[in-house]
Amino acid sequence: MISFNSIHELIDLAKENNTTIGNIVLTYEEESSMKPREELKAAMLENWQVMQESISRGLVNNEKSLSGLTGGDAVKLFHYNDKGYTGGTVMMAAANAVGVSEVNAVMGRIVACPTAGSCGIVPATIKAASEKNHNSEDEIIEALFTAAGIGLVIESNASIAGAYGGCQAECGSAAGMAAGALVQLAGGSPDQVGHGVALAIKNLLGLACDPVAGLVEVPCVKRNGFVAVHAMVAADMAMAGVESVIPIDEVIDAMDRIGRSLPRSVKETAEGGLATTQTAKKISKRIFGK
Amino acid sequence: MRGVFDIVGPIMIGPSSSHTAGAARLGLMAGKILGEKVVKAEILLHGSFAQTYRGHGTDKALIGGIMGFSPEDDRIRNALEIADKEGLEYSFETVDLAEAHPNTAVLKLVGDKGRKVVVGGASIGGGNIEVSRIDSFEVSLTGEYPALVVVHRDRPGVINVIASVLARYGINIAFMRVSRRTRGQQAMMIIETDDELTEEIISACRDTGAIENAFAIPAI
Repeated sequence: MISFNSIHELIDLAKENNTTIGNIVLTYEEESSMKPREELKAAMLENWQVMQESISRGLVNNEKSLSGLTGGDAVKLFHYNDKGYTGGTVMMAAANAVGVSEVNAVMGRIVACPTAGSCGIVPATIKAASEKNHNSEDEIIEALFTAAGIGLVIESNASIAGAYGGCQAECGSAAGMAAGALVQLAGGSPDQVGHGVALAIKNLLGLACDPVAGLVEVPCVKRNGFVAVHAMVAADMAMAGVESVIPIDEVIDAMDRIGRSLPRSVKETAEGGLATTQTAKKISKRIFGK
Repeated sequence: MRGVFDIVGPIMIGPSSSHTAGAARLGLMAGKILGEKVVKAEILLHGSFAQTYRGHGTDKALIGGIMGFSPEDDRIRNALEIADKEGLEYSFETVDLAEAHPNTAVLKLVGDKGRKVVVGGASIGGGNIEVSRIDSFEVSLTGEYPALVVVHRDRPGVINVIASVLARYGINIAFMRVSRRTRGQQAMMIIETDDELTEEIISACRDTGAIENAFAIPAI
């Protein structure tokens, strides 16, 4: 029976079995859910299909959200792409992520990954990376299991909820999940996956969750775009051989301690930070009348 | 540790797992508890639900759920229009329920065959819910398991009778809770099981003569 409670254990299991972290996570799920491997892969493929639909829709979506605060920015990024400094794969990942997040804001169908507020990051980066690498569908599914395993460890040792850990718990976790998946898609070793996750999370520690009017829109939608880029850089650093000085499980521990010590006002309460700026207060009054 | 699909997943209609997906599941669960097509829904919203329900589409999700839409159903977006078309009369009121969970809703439902029920529950995060009240009984239901609800007189031996029926059909009890208004008066037993509860099993419970009524709520 496979069990793990740290990224380190996942890395060791992958190395001992001469396989990927994704494969270990799939075996774990097979044993714990008592469902056949093929059924689990099919369920993950269904997630991937919904993710891709949300990306396609996001890139042409000009609809504004219920509040009117977001909508149409992914289209702008998509059209500007080749002209930009980050043009190509990286800007495409940002456009994908903003798009998925905008689809979420207009009550479209998305896959929470790990949450709805951070739903753009993992699909956006995997889509952009797999197009560049020409990865097969099987490799993408395996990378999604890798992402899930990373998320499971974070949830078990820190948190994936903004209300408990601030945005580092949502977008920070998504960045780690995406970076790990991307390293695997690029053919990196389990150790490199660990470094990619560590680099990605380390540089988002302490991030506040201070959404304007309490809605999953500002700063969440554009942040999904930024964090997608962030995850790609972390994956590239790990593939280039850059190592995190602080091992990944200690980074997750730091994330947990920071999350606990963050004030309540920046943990999804809309009682601090951006949410209590003058403009945000005006917006809130316009939407909710108080 | 939870499962892989709690992290990559669920598939849902946005924008919020707690305020939209959880709200849809709460509505869905309340509709299943009523067990009839809902024709009237009075909904009370408390806490964060009361403050932000419009911006998160919580109202659409609750009504969609009541009409049987799952949290991933595209129709949630247009649930209010669909409800108008189908003759489902609904209202929303914001209330202060003091110490209740910040994402609490109370749903007062009336069915097309005249059955009425009051369901209270909260969206507790990540799309998960907990129903804490059915009519005046305190309960604890998550919708993750099939559940057997038994209304009976508070007296010795009833639990044994029902547990024997379940044992006869090889149904394993995962969780159970019994609550009552006053000693010796009406009581409610909620049994969450690992296996599906068929109509045959529900009939067998009724046929024992030891209870007033029994019904099943499928997992959602």
